[in-house]
Amino acid sequence: MNQNTTADIQEHTVDESICSSENLVYTKPQTLTDDPMHYCPGCGHGTAHKILMEVVDELGLQSQTIGIAPVGCSVFAYHYLNVDMQEAAHGRACAVATGVKRMMPDKYVFTYQGDGDLAAIGTAETIHAANRGENFLVVFINNGIYGMTSGQMAPTTLPGMFSTTSPYGRDVETMGYPLKIADLLALLPGVAYVTRQAVHTPANVRKAKKAMKNAFEYQKKKLGLCLVEIVTNCPSNWKMEPLESNQFVNDKMIPFYQLGDIKKPEVK
Amino acid sequence: MGEIKLMKGNEALAEAMIRAGCDGYFGYPITPQSEVLEYLSREATKRTGMVVLQAESEIASINMIYGAAGCGRRVMTTSSSPGISLMQEGLSYLAGAEIPCVVANINRGGPGLGTIQPAQGDYFQTVKGGGHGDYHLITLAPSSVQEMVDFVKLGFDLAEKYRNPVMLLTDGAIGQMMEKVELFDQMPRKTKFEDWCTTGKPEGEDRRYLTSLYIKPEKMEQINLGLQAKYRKVEENEIRYETINIEDADYIFTGYGLGARICMKAMEIARAKGHKVGLIRPISLYPFPYDLYASTAGRVKGILDVELNAGQMVWDVRYAVKDKTPVEFYGRMGGIIPSPDEIIDHFEKHLLNRGTK
Ligand SMILES: Cc1ncc(C[n+]2csc(CCOP(=O)(O)OP(=O)(O)O)c2C)c(N)n1
Repeated sequence: MNQNTTADIQEHTVDESICSSENLVYTKPQTLTDDPMHYCPGCGHGTAHKILMEVVDELGLQSQTIGIAPVGCSVFAYHYLNVDMQEAAHGRACAVATGVKRMMPDKYVFTYQGDGDLAAIGTAETIHAANRGENFLVVFINNGIYGMTSGQMAPTTLPGMFSTTSPYGRDVETMGYPLKIADLLALLPGVAYVTRQAVHTPANVRKAKKAMKNAFEYQKKKLGLCLVEIVTNCPSNWKMEPLESNQFVNDKMIPFYQLGDIKKPEVK
Repeated sequence: MGEIKLMKGNEALAEAMIRAGCDGYFGYPITPQSEVLEYLSREATKRTGMVVLQAESEIASINMIYGAAGCGRRVMTTSSSPGISLMQEGLSYLAGAEIPCVVANINRGGPGLGTIQPAQGDYFQTVKGGGHGDYHLITLAPSSVQEMVDFVKLGFDLAEKYRNPVMLLTDGAIGQMMEKVELFDQMPRKTKFEDWCTTGKPEGEDRRYLTSLYIKPEKMEQINLGLQAKYRKVEENEIRYETINIEDADYIFTGYGLGARICMKAMEIARAKGHKVGLIRPISLYPFPYDLYASTAGRVKGILDVELNAGQMVWDVRYAVKDKTPVEFYGRMGGIIPSPDEIIDHFEKHLLNRGTK
């Protein structure tokens, strides 16, 4: 029978000489593996991975947490996130997480999904997990595009925004409107916490991390589904330099997908 | 001797799940098998604490199975043909990631929405793929309510032994009929889970991950070779069948599940008429008893294969028999159950006195 081991993953060497104590200003949490990430330069996925795993580390939940990777650019999340993981079929992460959480209600479970995964092919699984009030965290990476399949239109693509399948810009008359699924989910009584965050500036990274920490605390209290949306970039498929793409997040994405809490539980 | 009861096939299946120490059931209603979810909703949680969840679709249920079984739990789903079609991607993922579980298909007539009456049109879908990629589902075909019970337990044992999904392929008649059954005693639920299960990274050990994704072709080929080696072991060790009267037989009737039960009656009628007919009933459809057919073929004058479809298992029978003896087919579709008399009629017209001993 096939068995997955860490040895299957690429070896990576570090120049030990730079690791002297006076040079240390930062350590990577042990909840991240040593694998170099495959993400494109400037992509927000790496930052989102890091803050999620810092939270797991700081809360001491590494052995209590099970993550579900999606199909999308973050399909290999299990190579980087140093917790037990399952790789789900495209769109089905919330159903897989339901299976995990229902078997082990006292463990911490999260899904990590792109906008195509969560809000197109997986819409039914997302809405019904939310409506059942499943006690897990959904980390929702909204980059307005299908990254992995190289730049097709996503349900979240902005009006007029270019993609390989909206080459003249998204025409809402024929292609429909961008789906604000977080706002939709916030309406459901089973949902405890919905917040929209970003990771394109250090201040935003800090806030996004705080949101993830809140979500783990609510999960502990079994308050219902928590969704942390991260509005982020896709430099490669937006065909922009990283900085330019962050500017686009700031100037175009965030005005449409406004940041902040959409729903917060009353915690006694 | 276990408890004896008169039970409907679907309810017996559900009762067996509870008794097998099942940890969870995820399902979506569809005729002719909705009694499974209904029975479990009434009985299971209060008796063993088993989780019973009505999912939003069969796509969701099979993926819930993936998540739960990935944590080492004994979990099952059931459905009927259209719902099983929706599960095919999930089954391929389960086979690819080597996650054990049991699924039952209470086959109804197709294609499309078809009919809610019993049929065997899903044989190809079950044993020749269905989902994408080179994989197999270990497939057991119950032909009685008793086997609905026994194969739940056997199914879990095989699934766990080979880390592979198991399909119980039955039909609306077996699901709906009532028969006497002997139930096995309540088994405890699992408390220990194997090393590969994602139950939370053990302190000081590597994390586990379940995936079917290996982007490098060289690695993916190795994964496939590993799966194929496992399937060869299954083929070596897990072939199951029943034979009746084949020692002195001039002719063989064959079929699986409900088809085999009708063949049994037809065989009795034929014997009463003086024709030496025997019966082969494959119990495991994958792995299929090719050798049994091949060895029997050399000494009979012909084989009549009966199915509730247009002729699906008969491809495997012919593949085994080659040209050693004539293989005739008789089937009805669309939820019509062939009668023993029709089978005798077909046998006398098309097979009797044809070929050489
Ligand atoms: C059933 C199925 N359909 C289509 C695909 C192809 N596919 C892989 S990833 C993807 C979209 C991913 O986009 P998104 O979820 O937005 O994540 P991103 O890659 O942008 O992070 C698609 C369509 C697939 N793997 N499976």
